[in-house]
Amino acid sequence: MLKFIVHRILLMIPTLLGVAVLVFFLLRLMPGDPVATMLMGDAGGANIPREVLEAERARLGLDQPLWVQFFKWLWGALQGDFGYSMWTGKPVAYEIGIRLELSLQVAVMATILAILLALPLGTLSAIFKDSWVDQLIRVFSIAGLAVPSFWLGMIVILLLLTYFHWIPPLTFTSLWEDPWENLSQLIWPALAVGYRYSAVATRMMRSSILEVLQEDYIRTARAKGVIERLVVARHAMRNALLPVVTVIGLEFAFLIGGLVVTEQVFNLNGIGKLFVQAVARSDFTMIQALVLVVSVFFVLVNFVMDLLYALLDPRIRYR
Amino acid sequence: MKRLRVWLLGAAAFAAAGAMAAETPRPGGVLKFAVSAEPPNYDCHAQTSFAFIHPVRPHYNTLLKFDTAKYPAIKGDLAESWTVSKDGLTYTFKLRKGVKFHDGSTLSSEDVKATYERLRNPPPGVRSVRQASYADIASIETPDPSTVVFRLKKPNASMLSNFASPWDCVYSAAKLKQDPRFPERNILGTGPFTFVEHVAGSHWTGRKFGGYFEKGKPYLNGYVAIFISGAPMVNALAAGEVVVEFRGHSPADRDRLVKALGERAVVQESPWVCSLVVTFNTKKKPFDDQRVRKALSLAIDRWGGAQALSKVALVRHVGGILRPGYELAASEKELLTYPGFSKDIARSREEARRLLKEAGVPNLAFTLTNRNVAMPYTPVGVFLIDQWRQIGVTVKHEQLETRLYLAAQQRDNPTFDAALDFNCDFMDEPNLQLQKYLSHDRSAINYAQQTDRVLDELYDRQSGELDRKKRYAILREFERRALEQAYTIPTIWWHRIIVHHKHMKGWHITPSHYVGQDLADVWLDQ
Amino acid sequence: MSTAAAITYKVPKRRHPVLQFIVQQPLGAAGLAIIVAMAVCAAFAPWVAPYDPLAVDYGAMLAPPSREHWLGTDSFGRDVASRIIYGARTALAIGFIASFLGCTAGAVVGVVSAYFGGRTDLLIQGVMDVLLSFPIIVLAITVVAVLGNYVVLGIDVNLIIAIAIPMLPRVERVVRASALAIREMPYVDAARAAGFSHARIIFRHIAPNVVAPYLILLTAFVAQAILSEASLSFLGLGVTEPTPSWGLMLSGAAADFYQQAPWMIVFPGIAISLGVFAFNLFGDSLRDWLDPKIKL
Repeated sequence: MLKFIVHRILLMIPTLLGVAVLVFFLLRLMPGDPVATMLMGDAGGANIPREVLEAERARLGLDQPLWVQFFKWLWGALQGDFGYSMWTGKPVAYEIGIRLELSLQVAVMATILAILLALPLGTLSAIFKDSWVDQLIRVFSIAGLAVPSFWLGMIVILLLLTYFHWIPPLTFTSLWEDPWENLSQLIWPALAVGYRYSAVATRMMRSSILEVLQEDYIRTARAKGVIERLVVARHAMRNALLPVVTVIGLEFAFLIGGLVVTEQVFNLNGIGKLFVQAVARSDFTMIQALVLVVSVFFVLVNFVMDLLYALLDPRIRYR
Repeated sequence: MKRLRVWLLGAAAFAAAGAMAAETPRPGGVLKFAVSAEPPNYDCHAQTSFAFIHPVRPHYNTLLKFDTAKYPAIKGDLAESWTVSKDGLTYTFKLRKGVKFHDGSTLSSEDVKATYERLRNPPPGVRSVRQASYADIASIETPDPSTVVFRLKKPNASMLSNFASPWDCVYSAAKLKQDPRFPERNILGTGPFTFVEHVAGSHWTGRKFGGYFEKGKPYLNGYVAIFISGAPMVNALAAGEVVVEFRGHSPADRDRLVKALGERAVVQESPWVCSLVVTFNTKKKPFDDQRVRKALSLAIDRWGGAQALSKVALVRHVGGILRPGYELAASEKELLTYPGFSKDIARSREEARRLLKEAGVPNLAFTLTNRNVAMPYTPVGVFLIDQWRQIGVTVKHEQLETRLYLAAQQRDNPTFDAALDFNCDFMDEPNLQLQKYLSHDRSAINYAQQTDRVLDELYDRQSGELDRKKRYAILREFERRALEQAYTIPTIWWHRIIVHHKHMKGWHITPSHYVGQDLADVWLDQ
Repeated sequence: MSTAAAITYKVPKRRHPVLQFIVQQPLGAAGLAIIVAMAVCAAFAPWVAPYDPLAVDYGAMLAPPSREHWLGTDSFGRDVASRIIYGARTALAIGFIASFLGCTAGAVVGVVSAYFGGRTDLLIQGVMDVLLSFPIIVLAITVVAVLGNYVVLGIDVNLIIAIAIPMLPRVERVVRASALAIREMPYVDAARAAGFSHARIIFRHIAPNVVAPYLILLTAFVAQAILSEASLSFLGLGVTEPTPSWGLMLSGAAADFYQQAPWMIVFPGIAISLGVFAFNLFGDSLRDWLDPKIKL
């Protein structure tokens, strides 16, 4: 088991290194200059001399050879230091840190929502395969994949504004300070994101239960005369859950993707909005750090999933 | 639509009435306003964005400031009075007495001197983006703690308004001596509000400064600037989460807000010192040919376009290189004689077709490089393409990220054909607005890449001309040549619209969203 | 846009396969019907659409749905219905091209990786892991922001690349898994023993066996591509005005007209949802029908 874990951890290194190289050089090899973007994007009567731009570039270290910049950054990142935002000049870790709570909370709320919907719906859909219940649930979940979450968000806001003359509060209040205020702000984006999320999980639930129902021991259980519902509940559920947990884990890692657009619509000061802003501002250090953080997260989720599988299924360990 | 107009009229009339009646300001309350972008750092001298001015300016004072009710008139801020010598070479300022910084120290002429030395001659590591504006200063003297004297090398017609620049926050000399980069991370001014907190990506808070030099001001107990943009910002205004946004709204947003707020809305409108211009890459064929550029300028129906676009975009006014309505700008009569400004669009287009034929490109096709900022770049881009289509020119629209957009124009060998560029200044001042039209080697914001010494010479003449009438005449000469050569052509000038809740008072709109934002006179009627 | 039709006849080797599919998979058939309708609209847009989607009419700005303009007009007075119909062109063109590129590249890499195994496989898997650990939209945004727009024949090449790249590793995984299973089959060993070239073995023996997952993924990723295009255009990183695009119709001015002109956001949103829904439904049913074991 230990060998397996070490092996898995070693495998993570080239992946993350690849991500780092890719994002770093992708950003820098293309035309454009973050300094000009910062100083000339909205010029209030400033005819900025070239020397000022050059000096600023030097200050940010953008005048050094690319490989020097890269290794400096990588060395820092290895020690957990992602450098300073090229836009605000504050540490990247600080900028991400203050936004993390909000994004994580939306992500967790969406996950809970997804689980609450997916488990019963997926199971029902599988048990009553091809019946109208199944068709209905399938339409509901496929629609969840189809409706863009940002559009759903726009419609939600439109309805709230039109019928209640109310919009969620603008500045983030922590759950610990004022749970009501906090929830009234985050429940809507969590719904907009969670619908899609639950759709993914419902589909996985359905197909893995269907698969498990084909297995020999279920047939045996049925043959023994246990009633269908008990079979499903006792035997199928437990074994069908693993792929569902995997999908939920992976989707959770990818939730930042959904948040990118949704946070825009709901004006949430989270990681997704930070990413869009960083792209618009050409804040290289920020983009690099965010991409790397998401990748690390994703790789870790994968790692944990692999471990889980290995624990439950000894065959995997020895492959 | 008709009902909407009635709404509007009502609201506008109400705004006028509100401004007339001299009400007694009531102290108290916290002003919540929206800012549609966010300042990168805290140093006034290194900033170019309104996103900085709106939350940060209330912490500081400048030497002079604009009198918003009588724009472009100037009044004292830290200066109590001032004199300018006859030859225009010496400016003497008397400072107010008993002005305190937020840390309790007293302001003296040394602080003003240190501030302007930093602006005109920044120490290493400090960024001063308006250094050029102070290049004409020869020396700064402080004969006593309440007097500052600026001596110039040569007369400069824009010098006095420069001293009212909202970017020239006066810093503490003592702090600058310790660390010239102190203001990048810290807020320490003499302004009406002290700094409380800045939550990145969310909001900025200020609290009333008890020791402010104007007794009884500020009226507000504090303010919260909330960083929010686009549709969520308009929603927040409609729902009353914020009371105002100080940059400006599109007409559509205005109509929506007026409809949503009804009686509670006040609309203030003004022409804006911002314009969108088309820049032709004069280093590239066929835009090196003056006839082609002029033809493309002639094809634009500015008068008709202004009327139509003003319904959907924040543009409305037809003008040359200076803001229509500004005292040094061309009158409408003069404007009509410039190429591309005739009201007989059919004849202009005929002329345009003829010129293109003459230049050998009757079926011209090119790409218009635009910014991927929706308002007002997209509607004006769509409008221009439609205009050029009408003289048989095919134009592809390319909307780029700010970085790539700037890169397309600024590389040493720029690749763009024509670009939709913006010119937005903090005040009406030919020395600022003419920068776009100066020769490439003299201006970092001229993307057309031309060298035209005639224009340069005219620029220098008007800049040193202290006589308004003579300056006006030189400016007309400059304008006529610039529009005839058409390296860079104005399209339509912006129109600033502010919708705020009725209970916010004491704020006047000006043609610049950079001035008049210290919030000292703003109060809440509730 | 005859690609939709092409898919239906590629389902081979059974009697009346289309009919069979319709009977067994009524939901899938419904999806197919929507796709065909979309394709017809897109192909015959100039005849179907009541107006020129680019025709600016400052006299009829923000008009509500009426007999002249079924779905109202936008802030330029352009007909929303016409723009949605033409928008189907953009969506289908980008959807199919991006999906085709992404899936084909993914399938080729997957088969190669599985066939050669060993170091090649390890290296390819490493690269795929890197790509896989970028969230789709984040990768797409980065690619578009970095490359800018580059338009050929009215189609935004960089946008397509940005949408296609994230598909590559996902397709690669599925195809590789199928190909691995086939590689171990005796007839592949036999072919190898007979001294056939790698190319021949791959194309004659392995490729035909991964067609089913390839087709299923292709359909599913058309939906994903349409959604990506809409999201990117919404963020201002995709299709450029005045090209009609559903995502673009939801951004900019439309977002400001929530209350005044809800038709500007409601109808394009429905168009996106319906389009993606149809492809997902069809893809899902196709999977159930061809090979229920494939995980999307």
